[in-house]
Amino acid sequence: MDLHTFLIQLLNGVQYGLLLFLVASGLTLVFGIMGIINVAHGSFYMIGAYLAWSLTARLGSFWIAVPAAIVVAAAVGVLLEWLVIRRLYDRDHLYQVLLTYGLILVFEEMRSLLWGDDVRGVPVPASLGSSIPLTETLSYPVYRLFISGVCLAVALLIVWVIQKTRLGMIIRAGSVDRQMVQALGIDVHALYRVVFAAGITLAAFAGMVSAPVSAIAPGMGNPVLIVCFVIIVIGGMGSVKGAMLASLLIGLVDTFGKVVHVEIGGLHVLPELSSMTVYLLMAVVLLWRPEGIFGRRA
Amino acid sequence: MAERPALATRALTRHFGGLTAVRDVSIECRTGAVHAVIGPNGAGKSTLINMLSGELAPSAGAIEIDGADVTGLPPQRLSRLGVGRSYQKTNVFLPFTAIENCRIAAQARLAGSMRFVRPALANRAVNEAAERALAAAGLETRAQTPVAALSHGEQRQVEIAMVLATSPRVLLLDEPLAGMGAEESARIVALLRRLAPDHAVLLVEHDMDAVFAVAHRLTVMVNGAVLESGSPEAIRASRAVREAYLGVAEPVHG
Amino acid sequence: MSRSAVALVACIVALALVPLFAEKFYVQFFAKIIIMAILAMSLDLLLGYAGLVSFGHAAFYGAAGYALALATPQFQAASFWTSLPLAVAASALLALAIGFFVVRTRGIYFIMVTLAFAQMLFFLFYDTKIAGGNDGIYIDARPVADIAGWRPFSLDDYRHVYWLALAFLAAVYVLLRTVLRSPFGRAIAGIRVNEQRMISLGYATFRYKLACFVLSGAIAGIAGYLAAVQFGVVNPETLGWHLSAAVMMMVILGGMGTLLGPVLGAAAWMLLELGLQGLPDAGGVNLGKHWQLFMGLFIVVATLVLPHGIVGLARSLRRPAERSLDKLGTNDGLGTNDG
Repeated sequence: MDLHTFLIQLLNGVQYGLLLFLVASGLTLVFGIMGIINVAHGSFYMIGAYLAWSLTARLGSFWIAVPAAIVVAAAVGVLLEWLVIRRLYDRDHLYQVLLTYGLILVFEEMRSLLWGDDVRGVPVPASLGSSIPLTETLSYPVYRLFISGVCLAVALLIVWVIQKTRLGMIIRAGSVDRQMVQALGIDVHALYRVVFAAGITLAAFAGMVSAPVSAIAPGMGNPVLIVCFVIIVIGGMGSVKGAMLASLLIGLVDTFGKVVHVEIGGLHVLPELSSMTVYLLMAVVLLWRPEGIFGRRA
Repeated sequence: MAERPALATRALTRHFGGLTAVRDVSIECRTGAVHAVIGPNGAGKSTLINMLSGELAPSAGAIEIDGADVTGLPPQRLSRLGVGRSYQKTNVFLPFTAIENCRIAAQARLAGSMRFVRPALANRAVNEAAERALAAAGLETRAQTPVAALSHGEQRQVEIAMVLATSPRVLLLDEPLAGMGAEESARIVALLRRLAPDHAVLLVEHDMDAVFAVAHRLTVMVNGAVLESGSPEAIRASRAVREAYLGVAEPVHG
Repeated sequence: MSRSAVALVACIVALALVPLFAEKFYVQFFAKIIIMAILAMSLDLLLGYAGLVSFGHAAFYGAAGYALALATPQFQAASFWTSLPLAVAASALLALAIGFFVVRTRGIYFIMVTLAFAQMLFFLFYDTKIAGGNDGIYIDARPVADIAGWRPFSLDDYRHVYWLALAFLAAVYVLLRTVLRSPFGRAIAGIRVNEQRMISLGYATFRYKLACFVLSGAIAGIAGYLAAVQFGVVNPETLGWHLSAAVMMMVILGGMGTLLGPVLGAAAWMLLELGLQGLPDAGGVNLGKHWQLFMGLFIVVATLVLPHGIVGLARSLRRPAERSLDKLGTNDGLGTNDG
């Protein structure tokens, strides 16, 4: 592989990883703070993408559509928490998994009813439609750099909120000892509503932001969810740091796995079996540290 | 005594980050004797017992059983070497009956548990060991009651019965009398006296009456280290112990 | 024989009579239910008895089907007597391989990694040409049961397939009851209730959980083999998480930790699915096409309202005293009240 191809794949891998981080961080925050596993989290990635498509078509501009979509997603999150999610707080994880799986089916079908089953696309916004030249022959799309930049900015925002604000302090305390936080008179229910809405909005935002470069299709949230699980297993549940590390790792491994050629004993392993690389990575981590790299030892 | 102690620690130490919970503790438990470890809360007694049962790895030092180094072995291995531990916070199988709790414990030692065909209830050796253990703890009348339905004191008795059902050589008892009434405590103290000749017993307790009634040797721990170790009379008379532990200068009647 | 045993035998006999009276469509539908019931019982062993929430159980079901498909020579029939053990062994080995990694984890991690590994297998078959990719492959000729010229049954006859499935249902039930009563079964129950105590008593809990995982996978393989025989085709969906989730719902709906509950749950689920798929048009929309919407809503409502499933509901109506034991998360149903 020459240097130029390597550079492009590196940028792709980092971009993919940062996008995954956005989705995974939402999932891990919701679990770490509220103790809820939401397998419908991937559906919000899909909802974000479809909202971006639908609102861009309606409002005429991607830049207006995204903030509007964020508001819609957050509202859906609040509504969902109030209607259904808050009944899961003290239930077994099994029931949380099943109930939120039911939500996946509901969201898939509602998407089908509202927006149909065809594959959609959002054009890359004109202001970011150009490419930056890397060499005389190769250039890299500006929009992809934009995605990476935005995800990084959001990541820093998350870290800032958690480390430097009062809300973040409450969140950190709540993830360690929920009852104590309640005893201190903090309205845990309001807190949870905010956290849940923020969590799914992160996933939706990832869907919106990546809409111009991905295929907006039925079931697009499912592979993302599975990869998020792998990220959390590798990084450790509840750990934002772990999610970042694991996301970048997976982003790079998955991207490079699709382009390199590896043969073992005459058998073509890569890129044919590239979709399995992240699971092998997970298997290795499970042998070494079953609770994740930054996970808390049970 | 030329015979090696059933259980011994050599300079056992455990750090938790910057905090040293247990520092350089060297004690011995011999078969036929009850060795009580006492001390104020936070003295490191729980950490010590957790290391002895294999649930916590020491930061430094060694644990020996019959002279053989067993430091760092996990709880499953130590249990098979004859170490039995009871818990301060009742750690039983709440939905099961009292006798079933003892059966599970006895099965660990007696039956090959990877057996799939014959009913577990048909194993006579396991049944008898379970019944004996329950009777020794004084609970034979409550054998068929789910443990969740028993009183707190009775649950503590099940806790002890479970340990006995594994026929251990070394007994690590973590506050067995916690939360027990006078009558139940007396029963357990009598049980400990009966067990002493054939076991090496390490007893962590706060109930001073029981400790002085049953212990052959006492070790006082303060702030993670051994303050003093000796016979009950020597400890009772020791000024250092009185000041550090009891906070009074006058001898305590006990 | 005790009263409940007599009742069970009577049910089996009644079910055995079905093909003599019912049309082909219903016999095949019942066979489908029976196959799902076997799958659900295998998951109940993990979910209800070992306390292991496996979200990728379909992997072992699908693997057996694929094993049969791959072992069937082109345009020829495999032998039932070799292909069945092969398929079950494939599922068991897969369970051993996956279990070796996942049984190290607990709680939420276990749920996630079982799903992840099952998806890995799904993508293996979906993306590659090993077995027809996302179209799946057909089993051109169903296995034959010939032994030295004698044919005890023909798997091309839908009634024989039904009876075979029923026989396996009964056999699996007896097998699981026996295992759950054995020392191994007691150890598994202990691990579910208080694993840490089991460890301190000297049990190598990893081995027990792994053995349970393998046994459960093997039984799922039986169901998968039977399904492949009945439908004559396997595709990656048989490994997918939609099926895994559906089986979980069957177990929960029926009542986990009861073995018979999941059988009822499988029947209820399949009937519900059939009913929803047949919904008529309303307001210009074919409701039947969007049956999954209603299934999803049903799942949401059912998990909120019926934590102990059908069996739990029946129990609490008959014996209110047992509810307090249920709250502890287990009422063995095996009689820990020994006698």
